[in-house]
Amino acid sequence: MNHWIIAPVLLPALVAAVIILALRYQVSTQRVFSVASTVALVGIGIGLLVHSMSGQIDVYELGNWPAPFGIVLVLDRLSAMMVLLTALLALAVVLYAIGSGWDKRGNHFHALFQFQLMGIFGAFLTGDAFNLFVFFEVLLIASYGLMIHGGGAPRLRAGVQYVIYNLLGSTLFLFALGTIYAVTGTLNMADLALRVADLPADDTAMIRVAAMLLLLVFAVKAALIPLHFWLPATYAEAPAPVAALFAVMTKIGAYAIIRIYTLVFGPDVMATADIIGPWLLPAAIVTLAIGMIGVLGASHLGRLAAFAAIGSMGTLLIAIALFTPQSITAALYYMIHSTLAGAALFLVVDMVRARRMAEDDTIASRPAIAQNGLIAAFFFATAIAMAGMPPLSGFLGKLLVLDAVRDHNLVWVIWAAILITSLVAVVGFARAGSMVFWKVEPDATEQTPSGTAAALPFVATGGLVAAIVAITVFAGPVTAFLSDTSAQVFDKQSYIAAVLETPRAIEAENLPLEGSKK
Amino acid sequence: MEYLLASAIGALTAAGIYLTLRLRTFPVILGISMLTYAVNLFLFASGRIAINLPPVLLNNTPTYADPLPQALVLTAIVISFGMTAVVVLMALGAFLSSKNDHVNLSGDAADEQEVGK
Repeated sequence: MNHWIIAPVLLPALVAAVIILALRYQVSTQRVFSVASTVALVGIGIGLLVHSMSGQIDVYELGNWPAPFGIVLVLDRLSAMMVLLTALLALAVVLYAIGSGWDKRGNHFHALFQFQLMGIFGAFLTGDAFNLFVFFEVLLIASYGLMIHGGGAPRLRAGVQYVIYNLLGSTLFLFALGTIYAVTGTLNMADLALRVADLPADDTAMIRVAAMLLLLVFAVKAALIPLHFWLPATYAEAPAPVAALFAVMTKIGAYAIIRIYTLVFGPDVMATADIIGPWLLPAAIVTLAIGMIGVLGASHLGRLAAFAAIGSMGTLLIAIALFTPQSITAALYYMIHSTLAGAALFLVVDMVRARRMAEDDTIASRPAIAQNGLIAAFFFATAIAMAGMPPLSGFLGKLLVLDAVRDHNLVWVIWAAILITSLVAVVGFARAGSMVFWKVEPDATEQTPSGTAAALPFVATGGLVAAIVAITVFAGPVTAFLSDTSAQVFDKQSYIAAVLETPRAIEAENLPLEGSKK
Repeated sequence: MEYLLASAIGALTAAGIYLTLRLRTFPVILGISMLTYAVNLFLFASGRIAINLPPVLLNNTPTYADPLPQALVLTAIVISFGMTAVVVLMALGAFLSSKNDHVNLSGDAADEQEVGK
């Protein structure tokens, strides 16, 4: 067994505990631990990704319990890629939080941050549906604390809304898991895949209900219309580094949809094949439209970034809804791109806020902010990426999506939706950018906060923009890897074989429970 | 027995959904608690209802009570307990700082005044 697989879960959990127990009042030491842990996670992420490139699926049996009975962590190309993406994002976010002083505005930022990372990595790595629920709760409960970090009435009220929405989502998740367990008698994803495929064709009502309930849960996470209402207020009110980290939270919903609806309820499973894609696709198109119209209509930069995140989830879910290897490849590329670009946009918005009076982020002309030119350049780059204009990765991502839907019978609707909403987004970003950065009030007498001229926030944001440029320049190798990833995602036999037939230290034969419940 | 359990889950869920749709945080939190009770019972029932059976399969008994849903319920109870505590504290904090316990974020001046009375 490769013990590195559990490192992304264990390391942040341990570091968080050390920070909260031993370093409660020493913010500078907390920073050292947090950055060191995040750098180590990037290293581990790179190691796991390189390891997974061979195409081998690695299984980590917790407590050495064999697969359908114990909980397993599974490392394949998809989960390794998501772990590395999250680790890179986390590094930029933690540097920004330190540079901008956000981590000093309340207690326990770094501890909660590490717990949040633990939950996210766990959700990407687990191979058990109930364990997925538990890791969702870990990342959610950390995110509740991060969301209201720094306090203030508007943030607390938005936080209450966010918590209530997600508690309802968790309840729905439990209902779905209960139904799945009642029907199949297992919650291990590989075992589920076998049993769902074996269900008699005339007895699928319950599993169809469960599949839809589970889709609703992931749709809440992925902010799919009409379950997106928690996102705009949450992202706009959350502290900027937290909002940037949340850019990967919606992608967890997308990841879970890819994982569960290819492996367990795949397109080849007769019972559920006709309900998932046909529901997901129209909802995704409407999500895209609402998101981009929201970009055009936003009156505050925070809202603009939040609606841009919704719009990018729309494009991503359109590609996912087709469930073909080519469309998943496009979806994965767009997922990497929109995580980086969405996070960079939130950081740029926060740089503007920090340099204006009273953290005002209204899209209106105000006195020029400090470092106006550099921040405007960052905004310009991220806006180009988010809107999907050439030359950055948003353009390539949208091109891949457009290419992937070519054979679908709704191809004209999808093309029209993506192209028209791109235009709407371009107009929206251009309006916001010119109002905020160009149409500055000439009145120089009003004092604006000089802003922390610290280099670290610029390094963090610049790092994210550099990553966007990197996935654009290296789009060829990246898509080649993603196309292997997508092929592996659809090869469910090898996943099932890897999980259920991994050689064990203790031979699991002659178990009394054979063939019955888990 | 099955009818009783099913109607209890149904009643709890209905009450929970009704309360969750209320305007103010206190009934909403009560509604979420109702929903968690409903889902806990539901999980418990997902392993089939069995009375007076051992939780492990023994050689001389033909059947057994499924122990796994009980473990799942235990996890769900612990998580929902913690979550409820968090949401109560956050709702209290939001109410104390804004003098407004509405769940929606209208930010309406008339709305604030009505609460301030």
